[in-house]
Amino acid sequence: MFETFYPQLIGFCTGALLLTSALMVWRHSLLASIRLLALQGVALAALVAVIGIAEGESELVLVSLLILSVKGVGLPWVLAHQSKASIKQIQESPRLNPTAALLAVTLLTILSYVVVSRVFGLGDSETGHAAPIGLAMVLIGFLLLISRRRARSQLIGFLLLDNGIATIAFLTSGGVPILLEFAVSLDVLLVVLILHVFAGRMRTKFGGTAVDQLRELHD
Amino acid sequence: MSFVLWIPLVGPLAFAGLSLLLRGSALRRFVGVAASSAVLVSGLLLVSAVLDGAVFESGGGMLRADALSAYMLSVVGAVGLISTWGGLSSAASSRTRDAAGYEALIALFLAAMSLAVLADSIGLMWAAVEATTIATAFLVGHHRTRRSLEAAWKYVILGSVGVAIALLGIVLIYAASVGTDTPTLSWVLLSQADRGLDPALITAGGALAVLGFATKSGLAPMHSWLPDAHSQAPAPVSGLMSGVLLSVALYAILRIQSITNLVIGPEFLRTMLSIGGLLSLLVAASLLIRQRDYKRMLAYSSIEHMGLMAIGVAIGPAALPSVLLYILGHGLIKATLFVISGRILKVEGTPVISDVRALLVRRPGLAVPWLIAMAAIVGFPPFSIFFSEVGIIMAGWSVGLGGVVGAALVLLLVIFAAFTRLTVQMTIGAPPDGAAFTPDYSTHGPRLPIILALVTTATIAFVAEPVGTLLLQATAVLGGTN
Repeated sequence: MFETFYPQLIGFCTGALLLTSALMVWRHSLLASIRLLALQGVALAALVAVIGIAEGESELVLVSLLILSVKGVGLPWVLAHQSKASIKQIQESPRLNPTAALLAVTLLTILSYVVVSRVFGLGDSETGHAAPIGLAMVLIGFLLLISRRRARSQLIGFLLLDNGIATIAFLTSGGVPILLEFAVSLDVLLVVLILHVFAGRMRTKFGGTAVDQLRELHD
Repeated sequence: MSFVLWIPLVGPLAFAGLSLLLRGSALRRFVGVAASSAVLVSGLLLVSAVLDGAVFESGGGMLRADALSAYMLSVVGAVGLISTWGGLSSAASSRTRDAAGYEALIALFLAAMSLAVLADSIGLMWAAVEATTIATAFLVGHHRTRRSLEAAWKYVILGSVGVAIALLGIVLIYAASVGTDTPTLSWVLLSQADRGLDPALITAGGALAVLGFATKSGLAPMHSWLPDAHSQAPAPVSGLMSGVLLSVALYAILRIQSITNLVIGPEFLRTMLSIGGLLSLLVAASLLIRQRDYKRMLAYSSIEHMGLMAIGVAIGPAALPSVLLYILGHGLIKATLFVISGRILKVEGTPVISDVRALLVRRPGLAVPWLIAMAAIVGFPPFSIFFSEVGIIMAGWSVGLGGVVGAALVLLLVIFAAFTRLTVQMTIGAPPDGAAFTPDYSTHGPRLPIILALVTTATIAFVAEPVGTLLLQATAVLGGTN
């Protein structure tokens, strides 16, 4: 029974991952991006659970719970941790217009399929076929990091990049050892907290969180 | 004896906790010194054990100290000691709440670097390198000015993105090992010959991992965070970051290289690292010529030295003993220079080179050690940096990378000229318009750490036993023969 659904479930989860990434590029409101990030965390946790059940590894189900709590709940909560009213007003004015950005997303996705199939070969497994999605997420994360001006939008780009790496890890090798998974989650959580504190300090010192203002240090 | 492996991890953590507990006590300012001493002592114990032929493991094979790890641990401890002791804060300023966090973060930073060099798993090594970014983030932004905030933001974003790329590489290396009988991230197992790792995955993984760790070790073109972070951080932190954090990232590159060399041969990473190294030298040379800030000048000097070390790593085993000696010499001297630069900044109140004039006449207590350390950093004998540079260049010729080391030599000459000009501008000359002054012979802080660092780097290149033996053993580890 499960075997028949397995490829569809993998496809559904990775599809959700790619869709949320593309929507993050499209939407300019910070609150929407944070909600998409939460949704993406849930999709990633579901993907890990599906792989875990298919391979009969209880450890992976544990990892999926960890991912759900960190990426699905914890990080979005940290990011949205200020009054809803003020966060709704934060609109991003990115360097790329939406059409160009979505076109870039398409190109990056095609590129990652080409790269993965040429360099590694896609393999026969369902997970191997879905692996390019992870690389596409990494590249879209870079796109967000480069094209966004606000501190917290850049932070979302960084988290998307991290989700992409996790996706590649689970699709190519069924995840890294659990101890490393813990360490990675903890590190990412701490980095996000630190950047969040810095974004707060930036608001008090510069009166805004536009990264363009950081221009005092140069040669 | 394998409990020694835990001292550099648990010791600094305990001191960090102590720093937070010691409320309002002046003892708190010794936390960094105590943590570095713990790391240095355990490093030296491990070195002596390694020289007797023992390799310790602990924590179910997660921690391991071979010759290279023991050597790196000693370097972390030594550079840490010079930076923290030399930059000891005054008793009054160490009573504030800020100071508690500062000392605790320094101790955490030392523990993270120790874990990075002691970890057997490249995954754990990655996590430790990322932890160094976390520990230093607030240290870079410690002064809470607009400039330090800008530096800290750039540092954390670029540092974590770079290290995330390294994680992607490590994930791919792990994926390559999943195809074999025993999936592992242990570099001891991964660097055994005939494991049948997939070459395509190892190539991609190795390239990404080296690219990521190169960001952290300040190699061009991913260096742009370095001058900002190193110039805005407090002097002891700059000393630690420039002197040893960059080398810890280079150590990670060495470990990754030992894995890829066995599967795909040395050519691929050799090209990558040679380009990165030459670019770093070029960036340093072009920005040093017109440099106006002496802390930024020191930061660019770090980019230069990391570039030359990267070329040494590219050359391979013939140059590795020189590179390892370089790591120690550069670490100690750079820590000394940053400590003195912190003192100059404090008494002169400006980081601008052209505002600090005639230092030798006005403040010989600071200018004399500054001049000696500057002579060491630009590569005058008898300081060990000279012998390391010569060693790398000779090794480059012998393996047929004459073009690369020739270009490096030209750039080194430009950098030498730029450094000499800037240093002369700061120190030599008469004070402006004959104003009355009394020469200031005070060193404005502990002088013993500076003397120790200078004496060590001036003599260490002449100590064949045990230093030379240790360096050769550490090189053998990377060749996969130990």
